[in-house]
Amino acid sequence: MKLITAVIKPFKLDDVKDALKTIDVTGITVSEVRGFGRQGGHTETYRGAEYKIDFVPKVSLSTVVDDSRVDSVVETIVAAAATGKIGDGKIWVTDVDRIVRIRTGEEGSDAV
Amino acid sequence: MFALDSGDTAWVLVAAALVLFMTPGLAFFYGGMVRSKNVLGMLMQNVFAIGLVSTIWAVVGFSLVFGDSGNGWIGNFDFLFLADVTDLDGDIPGMAFVAFQMMFAVITPALITGATADRLKFGSYAVLIGFWSLLVYIPGAKWVFNGWLLDMGALDFAGGTAIHISAGVAALAVVLVIGNRKGHGDVAMPPHNLPLTVLGTGILWFGWFGFNAGSGLAADGLAAQALVNTHLAASTGMLGWLLVERWKAGHATVLGACSGAVAGLVAITPCAGFVGGASPLIIGFVAGVLCFLALGIKAKMDWDDSLDVIAVHLIGGLVGTLLLGFFADAAVNPGIAEDSSEGVFYGGGLELLKDQFVAAIAVGAFSFVATYAIAKVVDTTMGLRVDEDAEHQGLDQSQHAESAYTS
Repeated sequence: MKLITAVIKPFKLDDVKDALKTIDVTGITVSEVRGFGRQGGHTETYRGAEYKIDFVPKVSLSTVVDDSRVDSVVETIVAAAATGKIGDGKIWVTDVDRIVRIRTGEEGSDAV
Repeated sequence: MFALDSGDTAWVLVAAALVLFMTPGLAFFYGGMVRSKNVLGMLMQNVFAIGLVSTIWAVVGFSLVFGDSGNGWIGNFDFLFLADVTDLDGDIPGMAFVAFQMMFAVITPALITGATADRLKFGSYAVLIGFWSLLVYIPGAKWVFNGWLLDMGALDFAGGTAIHISAGVAALAVVLVIGNRKGHGDVAMPPHNLPLTVLGTGILWFGWFGFNAGSGLAADGLAAQALVNTHLAASTGMLGWLLVERWKAGHATVLGACSGAVAGLVAITPCAGFVGGASPLIIGFVAGVLCFLALGIKAKMDWDDSLDVIAVHLIGGLVGTLLLGFFADAAVNPGIAEDSSEGVFYGGGLELLKDQFVAAIAVGAFSFVATYAIAKVVDTTMGLRVDEDAEHQGLDQSQHAESAYTS
């Protein structure tokens, strides 16, 4: 199994979620994160004092899938999350050593 | 001769409630501007002031300001524990006056909390404001409302000198004793919840109608004028600040709108029952502009007056106190001609302006010296400031074992 992690623009989350559903991905986990890559931050002003904010809000989305599905899931996320502008994000794929379904104790592919 | 007027009495009682509401309003105004780990610490300091200072007021404070001692410097103990509070030579019960004035005493030390944000030990803070109320606010209030400054002819309708200059200067004195926040100048400390600040501003604006329009102790035309003046000064204070802010800092901000309104409100406080016509519009606007420009002072002097108490309350209070020397109009309030003189623009010459300067300097200098001394004593005996670990952890957890936002 593989863990697919994608950091995407927050407003793209619904599009990615809907796209993953149409290819029958059974579950995802999301969290709100901050980050930067090539996309710069911005400045905010409070009582005349400027604050440079380097980090940009993003959403991190992860899902565990069978090895055979990795490519189609990655392509689906790319297609749904891309805007063509800087800051679209990144996807990386890592190995999962073991996966367990808590309710039943099933392991491996049965737990995905 | 006392003859109860229920209209005047009703209004003064309502005004007392409005002024009380300003202290939680101030708590949220400041609270939204601090970092989230310190919001409860800020709210607590303000809310606690209600409990402590009300008690001091009832026990001895009212008596020391309004007890008839025959001298212009301090009252007496005639009204200890509010015994024998007589009805005024007027038409509202003495107790109504006690209540109204109590709320002023409560909010004044609370103003200081903005400057000292994020770094005071709670117990030391309590001792500091307890003694400050007793030894600084009370004498100042006596001089301005019932003592030698009033007799001299200085005018302060609702407390621009006795409250705002006194607290503004005191804020500076305490900041000089405790020093700057750790990380100040290096670490960004933007407001954590500006919606709270806006809420607080609305409450302050609302309550200020009681603060100013109640200070004539009557439900009459002068109260109506004072209310309108208050509202207009807040309005042009906001506009003035936003214009300068947009020009100099690039954006008109919500924090700026709130700050400008408060600056206007502070400035109109001494003037509220003494001016009319276009004067409140001008006074508010000047305060909005000058208070914004005053923000730069603390950076130049490296004073960590965290929430700009000096720029808004001290400078705003000075603007109002001194502009009154120009705009006081006996047509609005005949008492001006009887007890004092009209402003420069109304044919009174420089007499009133001179009196205003004397009042500002007397209260300001006294507040600075006395506050610095009290702060030094508390700091030496108890330590005013939290230690470095507690400051990093935040006041909420280190001082109160609480978290504001648990999910």
